[in-house]
Amino acid sequence: MESGPITGPVPTDGVAGETLPRSADLSGVPAKPNPAAASGAIGGAFWRRFVFRRPLVALILQRLGLSVGLLFAVSLMIFGGIEALPGDFATTYLGQSATPQAVENIRKDLGLDRPWSERYLTWLGGAVKGDFGTSWASKNSVSEQIGKRLGNSLFLAFFAALISVPLAVGLGMLAVQFRNRLPDKIINVISLAAISLPEFFIGYLLILFFAVQLGVATFPATVYDSMTLTERLSAIALPVATLVLVVLAHMMRMTRAAILNVMSSAYVETAELKGLGTFRIIARHAAPNAVAPVINVIALNLAYLVVGVVVVEVVFVYPGMGQYMVDAVTVRDMPVVQACGLIFAAFYIFLNMAADILAILANPRLRHPR
Amino acid sequence: MPELLSVKNLKIEATSYPPGEPPKVVTLVEGVSFDLAKGKVLGLIGESGAGKSTIGLSALAYGRGGVRITGGEVLLNGKDILKLDRGGINSVRGCHVCYVAQSAAAAFNPAHKLGDQVIEASLRHGIMSREEAKKRALYLFRVLGLPNPETFGGRYPHQVSGGQLQRAMTAMALCPNPELIVFDEPTTALDVTTQIDVLAAIKHAIEETHTAALYITHDLAVVAQISDDIMVLRHGKTVEYGTTKQVIEAPKEDYTRALVSVRQAKRNEAPDQSGTLLKIEHVHAAYGNGFKVLHDVSMHLSKGQTLAIVGESGSGKSTLARVITGLLPPTEGRITFDGKELPKALKGRTNDELRRIQMIYQMADTAMNPRQTVRDIIGRPLSFYFSMHGAKKTERVKELLDQIEMGTRFLDRYPAELSGGQKQRVAIARALAAKPELILCDEPTSALDPLVAEGILNLLMKLQEETAVSYVFITHDIAIVRAIADSVAVMHRGRLVRFGPKSKVLSPPFDDYTDLLLKSVPEMEIGWLERVLKTRRMESAGN
Repeated sequence: MESGPITGPVPTDGVAGETLPRSADLSGVPAKPNPAAASGAIGGAFWRRFVFRRPLVALILQRLGLSVGLLFAVSLMIFGGIEALPGDFATTYLGQSATPQAVENIRKDLGLDRPWSERYLTWLGGAVKGDFGTSWASKNSVSEQIGKRLGNSLFLAFFAALISVPLAVGLGMLAVQFRNRLPDKIINVISLAAISLPEFFIGYLLILFFAVQLGVATFPATVYDSMTLTERLSAIALPVATLVLVVLAHMMRMTRAAILNVMSSAYVETAELKGLGTFRIIARHAAPNAVAPVINVIALNLAYLVVGVVVVEVVFVYPGMGQYMVDAVTVRDMPVVQACGLIFAAFYIFLNMAADILAILANPRLRHPR
Repeated sequence: MPELLSVKNLKIEATSYPPGEPPKVVTLVEGVSFDLAKGKVLGLIGESGAGKSTIGLSALAYGRGGVRITGGEVLLNGKDILKLDRGGINSVRGCHVCYVAQSAAAAFNPAHKLGDQVIEASLRHGIMSREEAKKRALYLFRVLGLPNPETFGGRYPHQVSGGQLQRAMTAMALCPNPELIVFDEPTTALDVTTQIDVLAAIKHAIEETHTAALYITHDLAVVAQISDDIMVLRHGKTVEYGTTKQVIEAPKEDYTRALVSVRQAKRNEAPDQSGTLLKIEHVHAAYGNGFKVLHDVSMHLSKGQTLAIVGESGSGKSTLARVITGLLPPTEGRITFDGKELPKALKGRTNDELRRIQMIYQMADTAMNPRQTVRDIIGRPLSFYFSMHGAKKTERVKELLDQIEMGTRFLDRYPAELSGGQKQRVAIARALAAKPELILCDEPTSALDPLVAEGILNLLMKLQEETAVSYVFITHDIAIVRAIADSVAVMHRGRLVRFGPKSKVLSPPFDDYTDLLLKSVPEMEIGWLERVLKTRRMESAGN
């Protein structure tokens, strides 16, 4: 099967390979999930009986549990990773005047003299309640700052998704309908070109043409509290266009590949031999079976839209989470970095879990056990 | 009588793309003509690659993959459907002509309920209203003997068995009241005991609805039960075309005669069954998840003889072979080989113990490394067990190739360059290379065409005479058992039903299961199906 290129939006490797086998795996495990694995996770006769009777609910509960566990593991890794970073806030903050005594004082003020396990637990306890402490640099509440920035990032991601997802799925279906003919080739070439260019380059190209030469778009894309919705929308036009171009190709190619894979199956031949029209075959017989891989790639790209916009935000001077985190890293403002890291991780895990659960729900073998 | 379907001088071609060569056009079917009247059944028979499915699909003006119909006429009620445009063809397919695929499990869409798929074509072509279509589906479910016909349509494909799916597929084809149905090997993938039910259901349904049918199969005995006329095909050309009675009882061509007489060979069992080589005592086995597959199985096999293990899919016969090889250690019981108890697991066995038991698989092509030549494949056990190298090894490989009647020109071929029968021969040579005393044959001929399979069986018998090797021969085919076995074990749902010398096991008095199994094997005799159905208890139709 043909898979989309692995470069571009998703920072993990082997994405295309990862999404499809996952659904194949699901379809390969029919009504009864392996009891050994299930009992290994939780154990007990009750759970085993539950897995047998309600495999769907059991699988979903398992995914939820795994996600929560994963999030805790990630929090530990973020904290540990930041501990291990060279340099610290005190020396960066004091610069030339960093006498050992002054550094020691600041460390004491920030509580860095306490053991790391104690600090981790305090931080985690606050984070669970939504309190990420105060920024070392600005002495403001991190949660408050992030609230605003996250809103901006989500605003950007939402509009990028609103345009790119229907466009990608639609173009994918169009490419299938005109497979190996001119429209398919044009769609392929343009999407490949878009995916091959780095996003900052696309961003600058768009700025050059639309803001500088034609003057129809605004740059920088900074938004303020006082702006109206229309003003905001016109401000984010260019960053949204950049993001759409970057994620479109991946989703479109996966949609095309998933539907083509299904189109070569025996049940589509059956549909053809029933004398059904092309559109009905694609919509009714192919699409429901291509849902799982498509949902997976959409979720990965949505996660990228929230998490991976750092570069785009910096290019367009957009006050979102990404830029906030980059600023905090440069001054070693650890509470902010930790909070941003954890929120990004939570988004990534949540979207992947949602994709997993939707893929499970899309599988008739699991929805209707024997 | 006006003909319903009239195929004239059909020519079908495909383009093949051999690696490293320019694409070339291959002729799949040439000069095939036949007529089919309303309500009649024509059987198309031949081995794989004979073009029978391709011809069947031409009745729907459909070419699978890159297959094109390039010449001739397909007249349906006097109108050439090859000349229709896309919309015209769509109004023929699923309305006037319907198709039943070999694998119903793959041909049903897993995402929709069976009932919706069965009535879809009738609704789409505007033949009947939803209510009428549902009523007709219910009627057909009843005619085809499906369990709980009222609720059957509400189930999903994965929720019913293979035999039921095949019948549901037939219901789907019959639902729009077509004039013609193309059955493409509808019972090939089923067990014999299931096959007879489906066969009976199809025959009954065709008679009930006065539908004409093209029935495609490689099994002459099956087609003899159901068709009025038979056309024998080979390499895309007609070999013989006549009434069923004439083709079965007085075949004119040599090829047809060979098909009719295939596997009528019988071998008398060895008189002395004393010198025991393999003894299996009270063996129980279970999968890793605790699912028990073998319950208290005991049997034995004498030196130089053949033990046939027969049963349906899921009866545990292949699992028993895995237990003997040590791939799946038994949970209870013991296996004695040549007077010595074998260690249960593969790991505990010595190289010599491993050498003495070899295996041949059903799918020869998946059991061989596609990137090794025949020389490497057969040579591997020689260097592994006997430390043979260089010229000596090549010499022995050549000897083995002679033994399997293949000759030295195959030395440097890859598996992909061999036919199905040749691959299985190489697999036999590989097993033989270890000089084993016992070869476990796991359905080695079930994926092969009848004539090729017969060649393999004859080879195995010849090798047994030459080397005095013993066979455990796993099969679901009673005809093979008759042909080669000395002793027979009948298995059903993980239990041993019957074991003993062939003459005893295959003659009355029978237990219920063996009786059912033996009576379900199609015989090359017109009217066999009716005879069996009359005597048979009908409650087993719920299978």
